[in-house]
Amino acid sequence: MSTRLASGGRLIDRKTTQKFTFNGTWLSGFSGDTLASALLANDQMLVGRSFKYHRPRGILASGPEEPNALVNLGRDDRLEPNQRTTTTPLFDGLQATSQNHWPSLEFDIGVVNNYAARFLPAGFYYKTFIHPRAAWKHLFEPVIRKSAGLGRAPKDRDADRYEQAYAFCDVLVVGGGIAGLQAALSAGRRGDRVILLEQAAHWGGRAPVDGDAVGGMAAGDWLTAALEELHALPNVTLRAACTATGVYDHGYVLAAESLADATPGDGRPRQRLWRIRAGRIVTATGAIERPLSFAGNDIPGVMLAAAMRDYVVNHAVSPGDRTVIVTNNDDAYRTALVLRDAGLAVPVILDARPAPAGPLVEAARARGIRIEAGRAIAKVQGGKRVTGVQICLQAGEGAVLEEISCDAVAMSGGWSPVVHLWSHCGGKLNWDDRLSAFLPDPARPPLNHDGRAMVTPAGAAAGIFEPDAILTSGEVAGADPDSLGEVQDELLARQSVVVPPVWVMPQGARADLRAKMWLDFQNDVKVSDVQLAAREGYESVEHTKRYTTLGMATDQGKLSNINGLAVLAQALGEDIPQVGTTTFRPPYTPVTLGTLAGEARGEIFQPLRRTPVHGWHESHGAYFEPVGLWRRPYCYPRSGESHADAVKREVLNTRAGLGLLDASTLGKIIVKGPDAGRFLDMLYTNMMSTLPVGKCRYGLMCNEQGFLSDDGVVARLDEDTWLCHTTSGGADRIHGWMEDWLQCEWWDWKVYTANLTEHYAQIAVVGPKARALLEKLGGMDVSKEALPFMAWSEGSLAGIPARAFRISFSGELSYEIAVPASQGLAFWEACLAAGAEFGISPYGTEALHVMRAEKGFIMIGDETDGTVTPLDLGLAWAVSKKKADFLGKRGMERNHLSSPDRWQLVGFETLDGSVIPDGAYILAEGSNDNGQRNVQGRVTSTYYSPTLKHGIAMGLLHHGPSRMGEVVEFNKTDGGTVKARVADPVFYDKTGEKQNV
Amino acid sequence: MSEPQSALGNPVFEGFATVREIGPIGMITLRATLSAPVLAKALAGVGLALPAQRRILRQGARAAGWMSSDELLILLPHSEVPEVLASLSKALQGEHHLLADISDARAVFRIEGVKAGQVLAKLCPVDLDRLEPGELRRSRAAQVACAFWAEDDGFTLISFRSVAGYVMGLLTHSAQTGSELYSA
Repeated sequence: MSTRLASGGRLIDRKTTQKFTFNGTWLSGFSGDTLASALLANDQMLVGRSFKYHRPRGILASGPEEPNALVNLGRDDRLEPNQRTTTTPLFDGLQATSQNHWPSLEFDIGVVNNYAARFLPAGFYYKTFIHPRAAWKHLFEPVIRKSAGLGRAPKDRDADRYEQAYAFCDVLVVGGGIAGLQAALSAGRRGDRVILLEQAAHWGGRAPVDGDAVGGMAAGDWLTAALEELHALPNVTLRAACTATGVYDHGYVLAAESLADATPGDGRPRQRLWRIRAGRIVTATGAIERPLSFAGNDIPGVMLAAAMRDYVVNHAVSPGDRTVIVTNNDDAYRTALVLRDAGLAVPVILDARPAPAGPLVEAARARGIRIEAGRAIAKVQGGKRVTGVQICLQAGEGAVLEEISCDAVAMSGGWSPVVHLWSHCGGKLNWDDRLSAFLPDPARPPLNHDGRAMVTPAGAAAGIFEPDAILTSGEVAGADPDSLGEVQDELLARQSVVVPPVWVMPQGARADLRAKMWLDFQNDVKVSDVQLAAREGYESVEHTKRYTTLGMATDQGKLSNINGLAVLAQALGEDIPQVGTTTFRPPYTPVTLGTLAGEARGEIFQPLRRTPVHGWHESHGAYFEPVGLWRRPYCYPRSGESHADAVKREVLNTRAGLGLLDASTLGKIIVKGPDAGRFLDMLYTNMMSTLPVGKCRYGLMCNEQGFLSDDGVVARLDEDTWLCHTTSGGADRIHGWMEDWLQCEWWDWKVYTANLTEHYAQIAVVGPKARALLEKLGGMDVSKEALPFMAWSEGSLAGIPARAFRISFSGELSYEIAVPASQGLAFWEACLAAGAEFGISPYGTEALHVMRAEKGFIMIGDETDGTVTPLDLGLAWAVSKKKADFLGKRGMERNHLSSPDRWQLVGFETLDGSVIPDGAYILAEGSNDNGQRNVQGRVTSTYYSPTLKHGIAMGLLHHGPSRMGEVVEFNKTDGGTVKARVADPVFYDKTGEKQNV
Repeated sequence: MSEPQSALGNPVFEGFATVREIGPIGMITLRATLSAPVLAKALAGVGLALPAQRRILRQGARAAGWMSSDELLILLPHSEVPEVLASLSKALQGEHHLLADISDARAVFRIEGVKAGQVLAKLCPVDLDRLEPGELRRSRAAQVACAFWAEDDGFTLISFRSVAGYVMGLLTHSAQTGSELYSA
């Protein structure tokens, strides 16, 4: 059983007890514990069930590589699934539940899969559930989804807040072990701006646990001195509990910092995403210990050897009284010594090597620990926890020589350098036969913009494991990266660490043993699965990964990749380098989505653009619709009024009396200069250079292909200045379009532009009583004579400087009044106050749409969709035939666009008065090759007209304008059809008398 | 005549830095050939001098900022805009240029306090340690365009008026006490 030792524990504070719950049971630990160490201290060795077979699983590791001990952390609005207990700091009140079990962790029905394992081989869903096809969706998939899967997705809105931050440095050092600290020191001493990140809350990496001497000092003393010096360097920033998760082009690195994970609700952001731009990056990311593949290597109580001594030294937790150690390298002997020092029993060290030797081996031997060379574990005994091991020859097939009872097994299959960050941007790897590991190849690093190495590995991440060599490697990586390759080769050649390959234990294991050797603990992939994939013809490691799901779980194969591809290579009879690795992609460890979103949630999820009158709209009950990033009032429903009724009222009120529209969102771009007229003649399809000063003209803009892109009224302000109104959504785009042509193509034309959209509030005063209102406000002459239709003038209204445009998008007498935004609300309120006697009422965008549709005015985005030309819309009158060139001219002349066979704009009146559904198609005879009904057109705008009291529509119809009076059929959403008569799109006031009074 | 209103009505937020919406402040955009001698003269006529690339040059209550190779931003008290516009327009007669009052197209914020830069470091991809004295930095604050410069123990930041509420929200979120990036 696992328990807390009476003394020791480098990181824990025994005076501070912290209570937490696991599956609803209250347990306690100490400040400084991780959730994993606290669980072990409470003898909670069974912490989860495996993905596929629901096998009991315990804590395997002590860091981010942990595949088994994942929990649902927190609850309700702070629930986060798949949290690694090994990296979760314990805090008072922590709540965790185990995952992937039903009905309980102790008794799980899904474990039946374990006994049915032969029916769930690699790629089982590709094989088993193919037929009958329908069964996949309705039977197999729901059942698999229920029995598989890890944590539960949270249902509540996240209670926490997050943020991002930017940082810049010359050298970013990732990893706060000896190598990283030394790299930061050497770069910092040179005056480089350095950021040093460490994923754990503590500095020093493995050194304090492994107790090596560093630079002639005890590891702890060296660490204290190094940190002291680093803290004193003003150009060095240290950040613990901050994981660099990805390296991207040009020295861009993302890192997730934990702030309030262990103090939920303290008001701080829970996590922060750092977006770092580094001149170069040192990856001192250490190495991860590999499991050995022997039967039953997943039973709770089997642990990585280094993790076991982490728990003993850091947290004073003993994983068992009697621990069998199994290894292929010297490092695991440290665990034997640590366990012995803690007063625990080590009945035997099983070393797969025929003749282990070296200082650590000798030290263990000197302590009287039994060492069995050339031996292996045939099988671990036990179910929910280890009860013993069967010993066999590594060279054999698994015949049992001896059984030893024990309650824990510490295994070490060697170390895999953490090459993830090195590899993210294309750093290449070499296979090292001495270490049986992939190492970064200094000759093929990821490159920066200048062709120099962007990433430099140091320490164990470069395969360098001996303390003084690590120091040298860190020093060089920090200060002199160019000479690193040479130094690294030398350090590697000098070091005595050797790890012989032991990929399957015993090497000739029988099939029944291979079927219980776990490679990927989280996704339940065994040696037998990978061998089966190889037999079935999978040669590529990428294909095998996807077929078997090896390395595809939340741990992304940190423990399983090398073992898996080694087994695959063996099965294929190839060398490991020939098989190669799968691709290392960010993030290194999972990042919470909230952290990536940062501040972008709730009110500031995205920019909401507000006009100066927005607050008034809100306080007067406007129902909004999004228009780009603006919110515009759709209508202003009165109490008890439906939106449709509100729109009807707003239309009728405007047509009969007086309406007010907030049109501030319209784009307003000033174009000025000696060549401005020429420029606008190129941009618009019609002539703008001939527009007289004081007048307005409606214009169309096309893209080069000849498709309609934007429209609006242009006013000529003076001899060389024009004001171009654009659509609300088009303001920024058209301004950019103008600058694009001016800066890239016509750079020698003397034209300046300025986007003044937001400087003005623009209020449309619309209806027969519009003039009366403006006259009452007073300040300028708005008479028909002084300000005729399609003219503008400047002055003041209600004491506010104003520019009045006599333009109409409704067909009524209408003025659009531009006032400075800072006085927009004042002007709006002045209009409402003065307009009360005229029955003024604001109207929203839907009434605007209805009124413009009644007039047959097109709307960009309704009548156009990027495939429609002005000619399609009957706007030939606005396309100059005289101009030598304009944007879109040649496009429109292409035969498809100039074909008489195109769908063209007409109006429609339904025979029964109903409203044609949005998006309806006009049916034609027969069906096409795909069996779909042929169509001859579609509706583009369709509304109920309160003025005409029946449904009206505009749409595009094949040969439309020549088919006036014909009856066509539109499809409906209920499967039926609706008949409509082809009509002139101008339904209301065809002569335009009302707007011209 | 009503009083000009800033976008938000000048709210203040006190966190580890103080965030205030200020204004309305007068702003004029001036596009012209910056090297033209007549431009320097025109600026001098309103008490201003031509700023160097990416710099803002303050002269009393007025300032001129370099926005691009052919664009200046002139800051001044809101009430002085018509007068300065008229003066510049007259001085630049005959020279190809564009002058426009853009005071109301913008919102202006102050971020103040020793840690004011940490607020911006959460929102703007800018190396603030390398921000030069008198540098006018055009950047973005999260998802919207902004420009800022250091001034009087803090920063002045301008954004578009329509997103003033969003920018205030960003600054408030980022200045929350307890969320400091660095201890000093």
